[in-house]
Formats: sequence, structure tokens, C-alpha cells
Amino acid sequence: MPELSYREAVRDGIAEEMERDASVILLGEDVEPGGVFNATPGLVERFGRDRVIDMPISELAFTSAAFGAAVKGLRPVVEIMFGDFLGLVVDTLVNQASKYWYLSNEQASVPLVVRSAVGAGARFGACHSQTPTGWLLGEPGLKLLAPATPADAKGLLKAAIRDENPVVVFEHKMLYGRKGEVPEGGEPTPIGRAAVRRRGGDVTIAAALAAVETALAAADRLADDGIEGEVIDLRTLSPLDVDTILESVTRTGRLVVVEEGPPTGGYAAEVVATAVEGGGTVAARRVTMPGLPVPFSGPLEDAAVPAAEAVAGAARSLL
Amino acid sequence: MEQGELERLYAAMLRIRRFEDTVHLLFLRNEIEGTTHLCQGQEAVSVGVCDVLEPGDTVAATYRGHGACLAMGVDSARLFAELLGRGTGLNGGRGGSMNVVDLAHNVIGCFGIVGGSIGAGTGAALAAQLMEDGTVAVAFFGDGAVNQAYFHECLNLASVRGLPIVYVCENNLYGEWTAMERVTAGGRIAPRADGYGIPAADVDGNDVLAVRQGAQDAVTRAREGGGPTLLECRTYRHKGHSRVDPGKYRPKAEVEAWLARDPLPRLAEQLDPSSVERIGEALDREIEAALEEARAAAFPDPSLPVSATKEA
Repeated sequence: MPELSYREAVRDGIAEEMERDASVILLGEDVEPGGVFNATPGLVERFGRDRVIDMPISELAFTSAAFGAAVKGLRPVVEIMFGDFLGLVVDTLVNQASKYWYLSNEQASVPLVVRSAVGAGARFGACHSQTPTGWLLGEPGLKLLAPATPADAKGLLKAAIRDENPVVVFEHKMLYGRKGEVPEGGEPTPIGRAAVRRRGGDVTIAAALAAVETALAAADRLADDGIEGEVIDLRTLSPLDVDTILESVTRTGRLVVVEEGPPTGGYAAEVVATAVEGGGTVAARRVTMPGLPVPFSGPLEDAAVPAAEAVAGAARSLL
Repeated sequence: MEQGELERLYAAMLRIRRFEDTVHLLFLRNEIEGTTHLCQGQEAVSVGVCDVLEPGDTVAATYRGHGACLAMGVDSARLFAELLGRGTGLNGGRGGSMNVVDLAHNVIGCFGIVGGSIGAGTGAALAAQLMEDGTVAVAFFGDGAVNQAYFHECLNLASVRGLPIVYVCENNLYGEWTAMERVTAGGRIAPRADGYGIPAADVDGNDVLAVRQGAQDAVTRAREGGGPTLLECRTYRHKGHSRVDPGKYRPKAEVEAWLARDPLPRLAEQLDPSSVERIGEALDREIEAALEEARAAAFPDPSLPVSATKEA
């Protein structure tokens, strides 16, 4: 199996779906040269400027246009350069795309994908470092994906493009250079299914995006103390894989959720609520960023991102 | 234009007038719940524009969209049913007045957020361009929408890509309760197109023939690859913004002047009085029958399983 970087996996996922389905188009700022994260280079040469289309810096216009084009039969993949810019397109996502299937009484669905680079760690400051899943979490009709590995960066994107509904794919900017095995011409990663990355019976640690690596590092530390951490890579933030979460916490009775985002109103809260509603007795902790803007200075930013030791500490506190 | 053609345009406008007058009464009686945004006085814009469209052309409309829907041939009984929350409504009662969608009649939607129709219409035009299907799109919006990001961003995008779209501004001089000139710089809307390199026309929106000509020029340009046009139609809504608004902020003389320019009598003057009477009677019967059909329908069943997403 070839080893690819996360960014190459994104590129291949788009390319394979564009090859497979002529209605797939790519829209965004600087997508022809490849974008600031260099995730789409070479696509315009392969598919032409009618399918790989540079857009003005008008996120609302081109995302809303992608919504309209999706209703009319295209399958647009929109790149929003930084997740922080998603605020500009919330209206079209939540008032147009996500509601259309239901409100139209199922006359048409909206096969629209919005990909966006999120996450802290690059010293980009407060408005280029957020992971704003909470802005969109809970919106009916909108699926939210969060790949942590190159294989899922490709597989989930392929699933998003084939899905009949609007899907937002959050890609963590610190993961673009990560390498991993990626199946060539592989199948989509099913939406709505988490992956258990490490088995363990003492405490469940759920995470997404770059926080999955943090969770695995925390599980290593716990193992040194003889504590078995089970690490769940959520992969899909909406709809959550309730079965996998409940199966795990039913065994462990303990749950730590790691989220590189604000302390309240995020997926960590949803995972905890899901576990509690599952009926069993669960002790839970969230490990998140502080309730502050993401700071610029290196020591400040590093301290704001959930660390493995903090995750391990939260797990120990439940034992 | 032949008498038959004029009669057809008159009937299309009168259908909207009768429909909206009926909706107004139903609201006053609380038979229709929530709110609504009526378009009496603006019928010439909906009819004049939609009359020049061809099968497959797409219309994106606003929350004041009943006129555009009816002008596109949407079934009035099913539109009534939607407003009455019935299961037979165009959207099964899920959408209501501000969110009507009827893809069978090429209405991609009525959008409840000011400016939303501009984005949706731009998208339909982008699809038409990329799929090379020869269709054009029309986005209706009001004067209030020209201060939204949707307007500026989409006109720029449509211009640089040469999209086949007509942006139709129904300038009824008021954005909700506020007079346009108090909140809109520059006084006029059509000249805003200049900055984006888009041709514009400014027509009397209460003259269906003037609107129709302006729309025909713009639609032809779009269909022949000439790109977008901004068509400003000066008009006036006879009612307030919405149900709660009696429109008292408008000077009496202004209202009276515009009522004297009502697009329906203006066209009726060019018709044989017996035709006007015949069309009026026919539409009375049509709207009455449509309402009775809608009223007779059942409400949707809340216990039915439903999903916000389309799953295989």
C-alpha cells in the first residue's frame, strides 16, 4: 500500500472522484495553483478550468453558487481556505444547503462538499487557527467530517463527494504533512462510523483530527502506569457514531473527550451527553482549549492546545 | 402586441392579485398562520420577466415570492395549501410562505434571508454555464438586498465568469419599514452594475410591457453568452412589509400616486372591457376553486418518519 501525506491523500481523493463522476467540480481561492496548503496541485492540468475553478475572495458568493449548482445537478467541492472563514458562509450552509432536502419536501438534495483547513499550531493567530466545528455542529441536514489520518482524509472526502447531502470536511492544517498508508483507488470511508485506534478496558478516550494523536500519546503514558486506554477516532462529528461510543463506555465506564476547540458547545460536549444518555454509569471529563482566542506567541499557543499529559491526567482522575 | 398576448399578460397579473388579496383575507381571519409578504402592486415585474423565459430556465425568488411562483406556472391550489400548512402544499407544509420550492416549475426556491435568492440564482447560472444546457437563470430580489454581501459578491462573480443570469431588482422603495434612500447610497440601483462591468437597465416596474422588453433584452444577452444584466424595476408594494406592518410610514400622497399607477388598470386600459370582465370572472372562479381545494386537504401527519438528509 503506498504511503502518502494527508495533503496528497486529499488531492487523490478529489482526483479519483473527479475521474469517476464528470459532475464533480472544485471551486475555491487559488485552487488552480494548489491552494495555500498545496492540497490541490495538478488538478487543473488534469481536469481543466471548467472543473477546477479559481474564485474571487467572496466565500459567501461561491459557496452559495455551489449550493445552487448542486441543486441543478453538479457536485461541487468547495475549498474554504481557512476554517475561520466559514463564518462568511454560515448563511448559505445553514439557511440554504442544509435545509433544502427537508424544506423542499424532498424535491432535491444538495450534494455539496465544503473542505476547510482548521486547527492551531502554525502560529497563524486567532483568526487562522480555530477549529470551528461548534459553529455548525447540531445543524440538521449537515454532516461534519474530521479525518485524523491520510487514509481517512481521502476516504472520508470520497464519501463526502458521493453523499447526496451537504458535508463539511474539516482538515487539520498540522496534519497535511503526516504520512500514512493510503489505499490506491480505495473505497470511501463510511460516514457516521468511528474507528477504534487502540483497545483498552479502563478508560475511553475519544478525539478527532490532530487530537487523536494526542489521545494515543496519552494512552501510551497511561500504559506505563498499567492503565488501559481505549482510543476512539470519531472521524464523523455529525452524525456521531453512537454505537461505537456506547459500546466502549459501557465496558470502561470512564470517558475522556479531547477537543482542540473551546471548552463549551463543541463535539466533546456531545460525546459526553451521548455517553450519559446511553443509560450506563459514566464518569466523564473534557479536555479542550481554554475559553480564549487562539494566541499567537509560540509558548502561549502550545500551552492552549490539549496536551497528552493533560489527557492522561484527566483519565487518571477518573480512576 | 396582439390583444390575445396582452390578455394573457393581464390574466397572469390578475391571478397574482387575486391570490394575494385572498391570502391577505385569510391572514386577517387567522386561517393562515405566521406571517406573509404580499406583492400586490408588483405583479408586472414577476409576469413581465417570467413571460420571456423558456422551459428549463431557473428562477430564484424571495420571501415575497408568490408572484414569481404563479408567474412560473406554479399551481395556485398547491401554493394555497402550502400557506395553509397542508400536506398537499408544494413543500408538504414544511416550508410555508417564505420557503416555497417547486423544481417542476423551475423555481429553485423562495429564500427567506434577504439576498439568498441572488446566491441561489448565481449557482443555477453557474450550473447552466458548466453543463452547457443553454438555460438562463433569474434572481429576483428587492432594493433591500442590494446592500447585502450576496449582491456585490455575486455580481462580481457573475461578471468575471460571464454567467447567464438576469439580476432583477424589484425596487419597491422600501426595505422592510425603511425608505430606500435613508439606507442606500447613491440613490439609484442600476448604476451599481457599472462598477462590475455589467450592463444595466432601469425600467418602469409597473408597466408589464416595459418590464417584458427589458427582461427580453437581458435574457437574450444571457442566452447568447453575453453574461449577466442588472434589471432595476421601479415598483411599489400596495401593502406593508409583512403581516404586522400596515405601512403607515409611507406618505399618503406617495401611496396614492403609486396606486394610480397600478399595473393592472394600466394594462386593462389597452384591453376590450368585455375581455377584462371575462378574465376577472374566470380568475375569481379559479382562485376560489384553488382555495377550496387547498382547504379540503389534510394537514401533514407529524408522526410520519422523516429525515433531514437524503439516504439511500
